[in-house]
Amino acid sequence: MTKQVRQLDRVVIRFAGDSGDGMQLTGDRFTSETAQLGNDISTLPNFPAEIRAPAGTLPGVSSFQVHFADYDILTPGDAPNVLVAMNPAALKANIGDLPRGADIIVNTDEFTKRNLTKVGYAANPLEDGSLDGYALHPVALTAMTIGALADHDVSKKDAERAKNMFALGLLSWMYSRPYESTIRFLERKFAARPELVAANIAAFKAGWNFGETTEDFGVRYEVKPAKMSPGTYRNITGNQALSLGLVAAGVRSGLPVFLGAYPITPASDILHELSKHKRFGVTTMQAEDEIAAIGAALGASYGGSLGITTTSGPGVALKGETISLAVALELPLVVIDVQRAGPSTGMPTKTEQADLNMALFGRHGEAPVAVVAPRSPSDCFFAAIEAARIALTYRTPVILLSDNYVANGSEPWLLPEVDSLPDLRVEFATEPNGDDGKTFLPYLRDPVTMARPWAIPGTPGLEHRIGGLEKADKTGDISYDPANHDFMVRTRAARIEAIPVPDVEVEDPDGDARTLVLGWGSTYGPIGAACRALRQRGLPVAQAHLRHLSPMPANLGDVLKAYDRVVVPEMNLGQLAHVIRGRYLVDAIPYNQVSGLPFTAAKLESMLEEVVKNG
Amino acid sequence: MAEPVALKLTQKDFKSDQEVRWCPGCGDYAILAAVQSFMPELRIPRERTVFVSGIGCSSRFPYYMNTYGMHSIHGRAPAIATGLSVSRPDLSVWVVTGDGDALSIGGNHLIHALRRNVNLKILLFNNRIYGLTKGQYSPTSELGKITKSTPVGSADSPFNPLSLALGAEATFVARTIDSDRKHLQSVLRAAAEHQGSAFVEIYQNCNIFNDGAFETLKDPSTRDEYLIRLEHRQPITFGADGQRCVVHPPGGFGLEVRETASVDPADIVVHDATVAEPAYAFALSRLPGLDLRNTPIGVLRQVERSSYDERVREQTDSAKAKATGTPEEQLAGLLTSGDTWTIL
Repeated sequence: MTKQVRQLDRVVIRFAGDSGDGMQLTGDRFTSETAQLGNDISTLPNFPAEIRAPAGTLPGVSSFQVHFADYDILTPGDAPNVLVAMNPAALKANIGDLPRGADIIVNTDEFTKRNLTKVGYAANPLEDGSLDGYALHPVALTAMTIGALADHDVSKKDAERAKNMFALGLLSWMYSRPYESTIRFLERKFAARPELVAANIAAFKAGWNFGETTEDFGVRYEVKPAKMSPGTYRNITGNQALSLGLVAAGVRSGLPVFLGAYPITPASDILHELSKHKRFGVTTMQAEDEIAAIGAALGASYGGSLGITTTSGPGVALKGETISLAVALELPLVVIDVQRAGPSTGMPTKTEQADLNMALFGRHGEAPVAVVAPRSPSDCFFAAIEAARIALTYRTPVILLSDNYVANGSEPWLLPEVDSLPDLRVEFATEPNGDDGKTFLPYLRDPVTMARPWAIPGTPGLEHRIGGLEKADKTGDISYDPANHDFMVRTRAARIEAIPVPDVEVEDPDGDARTLVLGWGSTYGPIGAACRALRQRGLPVAQAHLRHLSPMPANLGDVLKAYDRVVVPEMNLGQLAHVIRGRYLVDAIPYNQVSGLPFTAAKLESMLEEVVKNG
Repeated sequence: MAEPVALKLTQKDFKSDQEVRWCPGCGDYAILAAVQSFMPELRIPRERTVFVSGIGCSSRFPYYMNTYGMHSIHGRAPAIATGLSVSRPDLSVWVVTGDGDALSIGGNHLIHALRRNVNLKILLFNNRIYGLTKGQYSPTSELGKITKSTPVGSADSPFNPLSLALGAEATFVARTIDSDRKHLQSVLRAAAEHQGSAFVEIYQNCNIFNDGAFETLKDPSTRDEYLIRLEHRQPITFGADGQRCVVHPPGGFGLEVRETASVDPADIVVHDATVAEPAYAFALSRLPGLDLRNTPIGVLRQVERSSYDERVREQTDSAKAKATGTPEEQLAGLLTSGDTWTIL
């Protein structure tokens, strides 16, 4: 049977199921197939903090959304065109996000009375007409998978577990995805158990063949490759990119990398990734707590390593005292905060940008640090290098504010040439720097960078003591002198403020916008998509995005003052807006969402439309 | 671990130009002088010696040593020193801490440094009081101790630092006293030679807030009765004429003190710090009573176990040995690993 093939420019698919159904893996494989085809992609995993919440319940639902298109896209998509629901809980948890007319593929085998009752369905939604507005595709996924594997030497349980591959096969057929990478993946993943390789491939092919033969799916779709810059690409998550950026910073600085970390969601993957790269001179230490993690990193920095610690908000709170020590010691230190929804444990697997105040101000005393934020998954690579560059050049702690949205989301990444990455080499102090040619002054500053010398233990003739007590200018001796303290406090502030950072760029293609949208960090994608949509509708709007939150770009004040209105969307209660108002006396309009989910472009678009039209 | 080299250093070389600011009469002076005069013996260049401290009176120590040094934050010295030691195996790293710093706010870091067997020499100055904050009770103060924060007596039971260290899998555990320079230096020597964490408790007098806490161990008229001087491979006897001894009573779990005349000489425990089973050193650590009678000093335990530093370095070295190409080439290979695709 030859089926009709329809061309689409973009599709959003959401795979949803129980935590144990393998939806993250299914989404990941579909994404990889899609990447191979050359579409632009953006993904959004969404999973519970519980490792295995009770099966079939709403809290146990895990989902993975992938948006792919034949043009460049900025977000994982607001609303799915297709929902794959592996059980009633997955349907119930996600149906609210679906526009009418969307395709819903359900595993009918899981729609038992017991499972329906578990999530509060009084009647079976597949039969009561409540899904009439959608294109419903009931598929007995479990039964067909088990049937397809009847001749395979696997247990019934293993056969049932392959149902996610059946679903992947079906979707791969529907969207004409190349599946060779999935076959290779399965061969690698189950290398030790050949019978599972065969079973999973058979389940995948059964799903593919089912699509081809059943009359329920009359149409097959194609999304042509996107026009992307020439080069080699890979699909990458923010946490992976950030890890590779840290390895690259080690290579480009020629310094050993020392990561001190305590496991915490959603930052642990960076520890996992870096622990694989020892050959680059990367040492990872899983410390006894958050404080030890940063302490060890600072100790390593003191000894001449690039000291790094990775954590999330609760960990940054614990590390505050050590960050202040690093401010006083004026040593390089990279602190990575993969933000999650707070306060306290909050929602560990959900996203938020509410640690900005803590990064900028959350320490005792006047303790300024540099703050950098990546704007997309692949940008995490470059942001990590930038954080390391500032730390090493200016001998200061740098806080890198990632968040769960960019950390776990993925997109295609045009791989950079290693030679094009910044040169991060540093010079350690080797000679006395006093006028007499004999004295070493640990707090005598470089006139350009205002950084003090990095004199590492082992250097003869430069033995000196540093510590948290206030130090006299130049000599570093303990000092309680009032004028000296005033001078040192102001100097520590001035040297951070003087770090040169690139000007903020404004995107305003027609140059006639009167409204500026200012964002930072992971909101870049949704804000950009909303601005594009408005411009396409003839509504001018300008976008500027901050990568450096401390110090801020020198031109920011002028940029802000050039517009009638400045809107600041943030996944917090207005932390950047507050800073903008305070620093620049600009009446910034905050727009805030703290739902644990990223902004949808549609929501931003309608809000901005109001502002642009009504002033 | 820093290797010794031929050097002619003296005590003077280890004195920094900073004015020492402990209270007159503080036990810390004696320890500082003992350390400064002992360091040349190690023949480790000053630039390869680092003292890291936390907060408290004892933690001012690094400022007075003409080596590299860091006066860090309260309780965190073992963590900071761990990062330094692991990343710089060429250094000799010493931690100076106190009973509040190491056992209260920094208790977690201390036990984990000992568990990992990081190559640190940890000197815990125990004066059983908070000095720098002016006289509150500490985790080693006696139950019922009357201090500024416990006007009717402390309700806390104290830690026995040696028992704690042994419970934390320490490979080297010793005790000495500030006023006994010869003994102090002999313990420092053994600690310096140890591969891995060496934990040394130094009884130190705070003459302002807890004066005379260890007087019975120092007074010539009482010390022989109170102190058990442990000597490796020697029967444990003490008292002016060796009239008391330590035995392992049949059926009991620990060690006990007896009149030497009342026991068969073959039953007297012969001290062996290298006994693998930590229960022996633990039993020694439990001998003193509340009045400090039967206080063992010297090296209780000294066993061999690979250090965290070595194990980490082995992993890195073996990974590096397998790598080929320049770091830049390796990085390019890493970036292009996984599923890639090319757009022309």
